[in-house]
Amino acid sequence: MVGGRDARRPPWPGTVVTFLIRRLIAAIALLVIVSMVTFAIFFLVPRLTGASTADLASRYVGKSAGPQAIHEVEVRLGLNKPLAIQYWNFVKGIVVGAHYDFGPSKVYCGPPCFGYSFINQTPVWPDLLDRAPVTLWLAAGAAIIWLLFGVTTGVVSALKRGSAVDRLSMGLALAGVSLPIFFTGLLSLAIFRDKLGWFPNAGTYVGFTQNPIQWASALVLPWVTLAFLQAALYARLTRAGMLETMGEDYIRTARAKGLPERTVIVRHALRATLTPVLTVFGLDLGILLGGAVLTESTFSLPGLGKFAIESINNNDLPRVLGVVMLGAFFIVLANLIVDILYAVIDPRVRLS
Amino acid sequence: MRRSIPLVATGLAATLTLAACGGGSGGSGGSSSGDGSFNAGLTRAVNPSTKTGGTLHLANAGDWDNVDPADTYYAFSWNFARFYGRTLMMFKSVPGKDGLQLTPDLAQGPGQHSADLKTWTYKLKPGIKYEDGTPVKAQDIKYDVERTLDKKTFPNGPTYFNDYLDLQGYTSPYNDKTPGKLGLKAVETPDDSTIIFHLKKPFGAFDYFAMQPSTMPVPPAKDTGANYKQHVVATGPYKFENYTPGKSITLVRNTNWDPSTDPNRKQLPDRVEVQLGINADDVDNRLINGSLQSDVQSTGVQAAAAAKIQSQPQLKKNADAAPTARLWYVAVSGDVKPFDNVHCRKAIEYAADKQAMQTAFGGPLSGGDIATHLIMPVLAGSKDMNPYPSGADNHGDIAKAKQELAACGQPNGFKTVISARTERTKEVNAALALQQSLAKVGIQAEIKKFPQGDYFKLYAGKPEYVKKNGLGLMMMAWAADWPEGFGYLSQIVDSRVIREAGNTNLGVKDPEVDKTLDKAVVTADTTARNDLWAQIDAKVMDDAYIVPFLNVKGLMYRPANVKNAFINQGLNGEYDFVQMGVK
Repeated sequence: MVGGRDARRPPWPGTVVTFLIRRLIAAIALLVIVSMVTFAIFFLVPRLTGASTADLASRYVGKSAGPQAIHEVEVRLGLNKPLAIQYWNFVKGIVVGAHYDFGPSKVYCGPPCFGYSFINQTPVWPDLLDRAPVTLWLAAGAAIIWLLFGVTTGVVSALKRGSAVDRLSMGLALAGVSLPIFFTGLLSLAIFRDKLGWFPNAGTYVGFTQNPIQWASALVLPWVTLAFLQAALYARLTRAGMLETMGEDYIRTARAKGLPERTVIVRHALRATLTPVLTVFGLDLGILLGGAVLTESTFSLPGLGKFAIESINNNDLPRVLGVVMLGAFFIVLANLIVDILYAVIDPRVRLS
Repeated sequence: MRRSIPLVATGLAATLTLAACGGGSGGSGGSSSGDGSFNAGLTRAVNPSTKTGGTLHLANAGDWDNVDPADTYYAFSWNFARFYGRTLMMFKSVPGKDGLQLTPDLAQGPGQHSADLKTWTYKLKPGIKYEDGTPVKAQDIKYDVERTLDKKTFPNGPTYFNDYLDLQGYTSPYNDKTPGKLGLKAVETPDDSTIIFHLKKPFGAFDYFAMQPSTMPVPPAKDTGANYKQHVVATGPYKFENYTPGKSITLVRNTNWDPSTDPNRKQLPDRVEVQLGINADDVDNRLINGSLQSDVQSTGVQAAAAAKIQSQPQLKKNADAAPTARLWYVAVSGDVKPFDNVHCRKAIEYAADKQAMQTAFGGPLSGGDIATHLIMPVLAGSKDMNPYPSGADNHGDIAKAKQELAACGQPNGFKTVISARTERTKEVNAALALQQSLAKVGIQAEIKKFPQGDYFKLYAGKPEYVKKNGLGLMMMAWAADWPEGFGYLSQIVDSRVIREAGNTNLGVKDPEVDKTLDKAVVTADTTARNDLWAQIDAKVMDDAYIVPFLNVKGLMYRPANVKNAFINQGLNGEYDFVQMGVK
């Protein structure tokens, strides 16, 4: 009954609650599956390919360590225990925390304990919390810029289709999509920091509370560079949506009714175009919150993406596991919000 | 959309032009002025100065393994640790060959040994204090040696003390029930200024062990186990103000450091600030614009900066192509047929196109010099030799290689496998160059790539896997723990260190080499010992288990605004941080 009477009926509160519960359970189940798959990749797959638990332990010892030292680390990390027990301990740590014994000091890793980095000798969760704000600031600032410029450019481009403005903006959009961020990022540093000296602190991040001016100075180039890439996508998406919408019958009807062109564009055409754009935006933001790997690496921002790369390079499995779980959480959360927004906008989604 | 392509192309051209302009400008502090010239830092301190003040800015593209002296093995970490810690012995802080010599630091002189080389005694200098003003005692050095033994808490550090001290079952000060936790009988401290090491087997070069960070004193009362890294108590000219793993390190002057007890270090800058996790290309850019004074990792600039430095004289004058104690070679496995025949191994020695392999690593300036034997020139005891000359242009001696193949009974060549590490592009490219040169004599080599994290544990370093999968030729690099025979050779030529997995000796099995190694270890006389290392070099080359092809150099950049910059050969070709100034 698409477009029928039932679909236009006001939502029944019970249906919304059921929908939310269903989606929440699905989200939690998804996170559990992600944790199992990630755990299996790091701890099961190496065993299947022939690595012994001592081989895994030897990643955590110095290059000339003997069998005894390797065995001690194996026992200390619990790698000699069955995989199911290791996974259970990991999950238990998240729920109730875990204790670690290091020489004279005993460390309690409170819930949610995402494990302990034996390479860096620190619990994973505080490190994740320390890195998350950097990624959050980066994603938020860049998102504002790319949404603003991407959508505006897309609308203008669609309305001035075929003009010089359209060609120029779409050309820039193509450049934005094509140029990798490690190229545009290093280029922007070479020009705006090294040559012109406008952002002397670019590449040297300090916290907002430490020095707000230096903080902003360090983030402007990453914001713009990341936004340049994303805005290009949004400009093209908005332009395509606008062109399609502007050809719809209801736009012609709105114009025939004598509505001002501005009202036709903003209230009728743009509104319809923005629905898919906002959906993509939610998902993009979710992915980005899990870590903007290239941007953070290029601009030396100590965020979650850089944390992930450093952890992979160091074979620091508990940290990799932690950052993957957090990234998955953001993506699942973004999906959930998008699903809910969809349900609010379109009742058919609730009922399906 | 097609019409937009010229626009994009124009934009790209414009940005690339800007990049070229930007790259060449250099900063005022980075490339202009100064008394530097290319390679000046190899032989003298560039921009000498005794002025104090300012901040020395350093950066590290990665992070430390640990700043705790009991748990560190990175070469740059041993260099940097001299800012905040003092050891019994240290390498002379001077440019040139003299940097290879050991000199006393906390100790009054080199170790005094017993006739059987199993007991080594050091007397401490008087008047040395921690950052809080309390005196340093011999017992505190013993305590850090005890900590080093505990591989459960400190897995990263070297195991030399574990391997050589007569431990009698001792495992850790954290399991030690004796008062003061000083129960290790292998180390005695009869008074506050004497420390005696008892070894279970003779060792003639113990001063090299006494140079390691494991002999930095740690006050037991301040020890917090794995958390001690949060504030290592300083004995050097600087102390920690802040250490945030993964982000930054800040050192400030240690006012309780007494220069009269320490002729080896300077205390010029007010502060030393290190930024961690900085993009490696950006580290180079900042060195060139002068906002950084040195790269902590000290492995040389990245390819982009190397190209820039080589093409621009104003940058090149601030660079040093520093020789390191690191060798790239191809390990030949005698367990894989037909390499059980020495002539087949010798065929590889002759056929390898070393110049092409050198080019794969960046050429002579940023890659290194072509190697012809195992012990590189920067190591004490290196004797120049070239047992398998590969032609004037080093492209390989095809005729000789074919002669060896005929002697091996494989005149038409054979099939084999070359292993390399996937992530190491240069290594893979060198393997490709080797593959092509071997094809010229009929040897068909297949290249197999493996993840570097597991290369030694699961593949090339696991004899069973090597034999089963026919890895006849294995790409390999090895750096000396310190620039002397034992610190370099013991883990790559001694057949008795070969175990089930995790090996770095990938195939050298010669009882005569083992015997000579044992003899060198118990030789206290440096000259006689160096002769024995050279004998091992010659024997391994004669066996043709190793095909050396590159003595590694790092193309290092010292901005014009850094003072007293020189390469310390004892520190594996790194700039000597503790001499640097900024005024």
